[in-house]
Parts: sequence; structure tokens; C-alpha cells
Amino acid sequence: MYTQAMDTMPKELGDAPKAVRSAEEVELQRRFDARIDAGDFIEAKDWMPENYRKTLLRQISQHAHSEIVGMLPEGNWISRAPTLKRKAILLAKVQDEGGHGLYLYAAAETLGTSRDQMIDALHSGKAKYSSIFNYPTLTWADVGTIGWLVDGAAIMNQVPICRCSYAPYARAMIRVCREESFHQRQGYDSLLVMMQGGTDAQRAMVQDAVNRWWWPCLMMFGPPDDQSPNSAQGMRWGIKRVSNDTLRQKFVDATVEQAKVLGVTLPDPDLKWNEERQHWDFGAIDWPEFFRVVAGDGPCNQERLAERVQAWDDGAWVREAALAHSRKQATKQAAA
Amino acid sequence: MTDPNTRTEWPLWEVFVRSRAGLDHKHCGSLHAADAAMAIQLARDVYTRRLEGSSVWVVPSAAITASDPGDKGMFFDPAEDKVYRHPTFYKLPPEVDHM
Repeated sequence: MYTQAMDTMPKELGDAPKAVRSAEEVELQRRFDARIDAGDFIEAKDWMPENYRKTLLRQISQHAHSEIVGMLPEGNWISRAPTLKRKAILLAKVQDEGGHGLYLYAAAETLGTSRDQMIDALHSGKAKYSSIFNYPTLTWADVGTIGWLVDGAAIMNQVPICRCSYAPYARAMIRVCREESFHQRQGYDSLLVMMQGGTDAQRAMVQDAVNRWWWPCLMMFGPPDDQSPNSAQGMRWGIKRVSNDTLRQKFVDATVEQAKVLGVTLPDPDLKWNEERQHWDFGAIDWPEFFRVVAGDGPCNQERLAERVQAWDDGAWVREAALAHSRKQATKQAAA
Repeated sequence: MTDPNTRTEWPLWEVFVRSRAGLDHKHCGSLHAADAAMAIQLARDVYTRRLEGSSVWVVPSAAITASDPGDKGMFFDPAEDKVYRHPTFYKLPPEVDHM
């Protein structure tokens, strides 16, 4: 989901530099390319092309923002979870998302930008986060559907990033993926309970949630390959490993069977098995909607950002007090 | 580390976790915290939510001195041609090869 950053940024940012300055730099670039070709990992202190750094910083920080903003739609349901068990599970999941944001911010900081700068960029609207979190969670079934479909799509997108050429990002991703599998399973499990042991109204609620989330989930993989201008450079750098359309197809193929077991239909009349391709064909995606939501005009963009900014502002006194306390302790220690 | 009196951002700490008794502490990531006690608390929440640890160390990132990646070749090469430091260098008769 989170590689949308690379897909929606201006082409020139992702381009390799045209004019390389000195002979020394040419040699550094040559060695860097050779390491990428050999499948080596790049570490924070290693030389890297400026655009590689910029692209990664943009992608990792936006990935981090997505994790943090992603806590909001589900956090909305913590106090209204139907049982204590579901509440405990949801709390653990939302806490995980916060943790994932922290792993990713730490990885992005190794590229030379401070946490506060990244948070500023989010709060001022300069940085983006995944389009999916700008849709509302209207019923309890949305929480299960997010686990099943949104986290399912996220996992499919994130697994290839575990092999990203930038090692701090890859390491963070391995940790995230290890934890994320529970997120998808708990969502499916919660929907299964409603479908198999629930009332007709509850089953209808699940179907309604699936109907609303299906298409936005397919958009999470980013624009089609032929409209994804930075993909080639991302692949060359080993930042992106698998194309948007390939991942999207993989997600559809995996989900069709899961929907059948669950007993829901996917809201696409064009969904049918293609014997020749050995894949499921699916209908046209509403790309104008995707670009509208990315640009800020989704159902919840303003609400999400406002909530983040307020949480940050409300916490200012805590951050300041903690620093003041540590200063006081340090002074005391120095005097003793 | 920036001067603690002018800093507005919590400083960065490196986190090391011992997964269970008998093993080494292993670097697992970093986090921001106002002081060491808070860093330990936050490390528990960020890095050991699934029983990944039985002990945690935190170190101010600024206190770490690292080898220069630019000198990697020069720095580590001397160990490259010393095959006689490995047991496999010595071919012994089969009867005693398991010593």
C-alpha cells in the first residue's frame, strides 16, 4: 500500500542524475550500481546517489505516516468493540501499528532527516500517507474487513520490501511483516464469526463492509504499471521488487477463495476465472477516485489530519515536561 | 549529542535486547526518549510486545563510535589471507580428524 509514495511523486525526483560531477563521483556511482546488481544491501553510512536517498526518504516516511494515520480508523472502534476479547485484540493491533510507524520513522531518520521534520511534513500536508485511510469505518464489520483486506493487501505489498536494497528499511519491514500476519487473521476470524454464527443483519453488515472496502483496497497497490513513471528506477535501485499490477493480481487471486469460504461476494460483476491466464480477471478500477483521494479530497482526509495534529499539539506539554525533567536530573547529577 | 539545554526533540537511543538468558544482547533498533529510564520503558513497548526479550539495554546513539564504512576494505582486509586461523586449514588423518 505504502509504495504509493513512489508512484505519485513527480517523475524528475525518481530519475537518475543526468550529469554526474566529478571522476570520483562517477567511480562511487559505478561501485554503488555494482553493489545493487550483486544484490548487496546499502547501509546508512554508505555512499548513495542523492536521488536514491530522496526517493527512499519519501517512501519510508510516507510508509511511517500511513502506519500512524492507520491507527485512527480502527482506534475509532476500540471503545465500542463487542466483547472484551475483541477489544483486547483490537488494542494489540492498533498498538502494533504505532510500533510499525516507529520502526519506519527510525529507518527514515538514518537517511538524515529528523523525526520532527517528518512529522511537520505530515501535519502541513506536504507529505502523504496511504489513500486507504481516508475512508470511514462505519460499522464493526469494517474493523474485521480492514484486517482481512487492507492488512492482506499491505502484507502482499510489504513482503517484497523485506528484500529492499536499503538495509534499515528491509530490517524494519521484516519486523513489520512478522507481526502483521496476526492482523489479517484476526480480521478474517472476526468476520467468520459474524458470517457463521451471526444474524442476517450481521451477515448483511459484513457484505456491506466488503462492498465498500474492495475497490479502495485494489487501489492500494498504486496506479497501473503503464502509469507508474518511477517504477523502472525503483526496480533498478532494488527499492521496488514487484510491479503494482503483478501484486494486485496476486491479491485478487488469493482473496477470491477466501471470500468464498467466508460466504461473501466481491462487488465486481467482471470478476471471472481466466483459464488461459490462470488468473482471475477483474473489472476497471476508478483511477480518478484514487488520484482525488491522494490529492486530499477523500471522505476523511481532513478529519484524519486534524486528529493527528490535535494529538501532537495536545501532547506538547508532555514532551516538554519530560525534557525539562531530564535536564533537571542531569544538572543534579553534575552537581553531586 | 545536541546540548541538552537547547534541545527540543527527545534524543535518540539504540536498543539491545537479550531474547533469553544465555544469549547475547542483540541490536534491534532505535527510539526517541527524554532520558534513560524512559528509553527502557519505551523499548519494552516497542521491541518486546511478544516476549522477544528477557533483558534490554539502551545506549545514547551519540555515544556509539563506529568504524568508517569508507575504510571497510582497508580495515577488514588483513583478516582475509589468514586461512590458517581456521580449523579447516589443517588436513589430518581420517582416524583423528574429529579432534
